[in-house]
Amino acid sequence: MSHPIILGVGMHPWGKWGRPFVEYGVAAARAALRDAGIDWTDVQFLVGADTIRNGYPGFVAGATFAQALGWTGARIASCYAACASGAQALDIARARILAGLCDVALVVGADAAPKGFFKPVGGDRPDDPDWLRFRLLGATNPAYFALYARRRMALYGTTPEDFAAVKVKNARAGALNPNARYRKEVTAEEVLASPMVADPLRLMDICATSDGGAAVVLASESYARRLGVTRPVRVAAVSTVTPTFPNTVLELPAFATDSTAAVPPPERPFRAAVAHAAYEEAGLGPGDLSFAEVYDLSTALELDWVEDIGLCAPGEADRLLREGRTALGGRVPVNPSGGLASFGEAIPAQAIAQVCELTWQLRGAAGPRQVPGARVGLAVNQGLFGHGSAVIAVR
Amino acid sequence: MWFTIEGDRAWLLGARCPACGTVCFPPKAGPCPNPRCPAEALEETRLSRRGRVWSYTNSCYPPPEPFVAARPYTPVTLAAVELEEEGIVVLGQVKDLTVGELAVGMELELTHGALADGRPVWMWGKP
Repeated sequence: MSHPIILGVGMHPWGKWGRPFVEYGVAAARAALRDAGIDWTDVQFLVGADTIRNGYPGFVAGATFAQALGWTGARIASCYAACASGAQALDIARARILAGLCDVALVVGADAAPKGFFKPVGGDRPDDPDWLRFRLLGATNPAYFALYARRRMALYGTTPEDFAAVKVKNARAGALNPNARYRKEVTAEEVLASPMVADPLRLMDICATSDGGAAVVLASESYARRLGVTRPVRVAAVSTVTPTFPNTVLELPAFATDSTAAVPPPERPFRAAVAHAAYEEAGLGPGDLSFAEVYDLSTALELDWVEDIGLCAPGEADRLLREGRTALGGRVPVNPSGGLASFGEAIPAQAIAQVCELTWQLRGAAGPRQVPGARVGLAVNQGLFGHGSAVIAVR
Repeated sequence: MWFTIEGDRAWLLGARCPACGTVCFPPKAGPCPNPRCPAEALEETRLSRRGRVWSYTNSCYPPPEPFVAARPYTPVTLAAVELEEEGIVVLGQVKDLTVGELAVGMELELTHGALADGRPVWMWGKP
C-alpha cells in the first residue's frame, strides 16, 4: 500500500470571529490549495466535515464548500462524527485515493461555535441521550471531563498543580502559533486562581469553543510525482475504531458504562485502542514518535492521553510532564501546536487542524515551535458516542 | 422514568439479558448489547441500590437548557457510582452531599429527589 501524500495544508486562524463557518472553510481550503500548488479546478473529490450548529449548510458541508469555491462538477461527500469528523473525512478521501477512484482530494472542516457550554440541539427529544443528560442531570461536557480528572487524582495522586502545569506548557507552545486563538503565556498561579467550573477543573483547565477552519489536500503517489514533489509527508495510518464491548469508561453523553457482568473488559480501554489501531496500521509504535497532538479537552485529559498513546505506563504522565519531557524541547513534545488549550474547539475542523500541525512539523516548517528532526507524528482525538480518531503522518 | 420507588426505597430500572447476564442502564429493548450474544430480547431488572463512587464532580455554573436550574442556583453535585454485581458505573445527581463530602470509593445508596421544575429523578445519597 502506497501511503497517500499530504500535498497541502491550510488553516483559518482560530478565534471568535462571528462570521459564517463557510468563510473559515473556504479560507482554509484556498490556503491548502496554494500550499499544494494546485487549483480548485484540479480537485476531483471534496470531503466536508459537517457542523451541526450552523443550520442545513452545516449538515451538507461537502456541497456547501464546493458551491462556495465554485461548482466544478467535482464529486463530494459530507460526514459527521462529532470531534472525530475531520479524521473521518480524511479517511474517506484516503480510501478513495487508495482505491484508485481519484488522484487528488480536498478535505475541509470549519465551525462557528456558540459561546459558553455546548448545549444539545434544540427541541424536546426524550429519546436522545445527549438531550436527556442535560435535562435529567445537568451533566455538561466539562462535568464528564471532571469525572475523569477526579478519577485520575484518586488513582495516581495527580494534583491540580499538575493540571495547571499542562496549561502552562500548552500556552507556551500556543504563544508561538499564529493560528492559535490564545497566544499568551500563563502562570500556574493564574490557572489555579481561575474560577472552578466542574470540580476539580477550573476555567483555564477546560478548552473553549472556537471558530476556525482547516483543510488538507491529499493526493496519490503518482499525482504527487507528476507535480515533482520530493520527500512529501505521508498519511501512514488513520484509525477510526469504535470501543470494544464492554466499554468500561463513562463516555459522553452516556448515563452508564457497559456491563462487565458477562464479558471481562477488553485488553485495551477505548482511547488506548484508538492509538493502537493506528500504530498497527502504520507498522510503528510509541517509541517511533517524534511528537504527538492529543485531544486536551481538559488539562487532565492530556495526561490520560499521554498514557493511552503509550508514551508511558498508566499513572506516569505526571512525571513526564514534571520532567519537561512532553514540552517543546523534551523527548516527545505533546501538543507542540498549543493544543486545544490554545485553540479552543472548532469541532469538525479540529482533527484536520491536528493534521496541519503534523504536516508543518514533519516538513520542518513549524517555526519557533519546531520539533527538531521530526519524522513521525501522531494525532489522536475522540468524538462523542464512541468515534475514535487517530492519524499517523511520516516523512 | 428509569427508576421506581417503593415506600422509602428507590431502585434504578435496567435491562438484563436472560442469556448472558449483561445488564444495561438505561433500560432498552433487545438485542443484547454484548455483540457475541444472540439474545434478541432483554428483561427489565432492578439494579443494586448500593455502590461505590467511581468519580464525582459538580456544576459550579447553571447547566444550560433543557436543564431547569434552581434560582438562586446552588451547584449540582454528580457522582458516577460503580455497581459491583452488575459491573457498571451509573451517573446521577447527588442528594444532600457536596463535592467536599465525597471521595472515590465511598459507598452511596440510591434515593430520589425532584429537579427544580418538580420532575422526579434518581439520585445518589448517603446510605
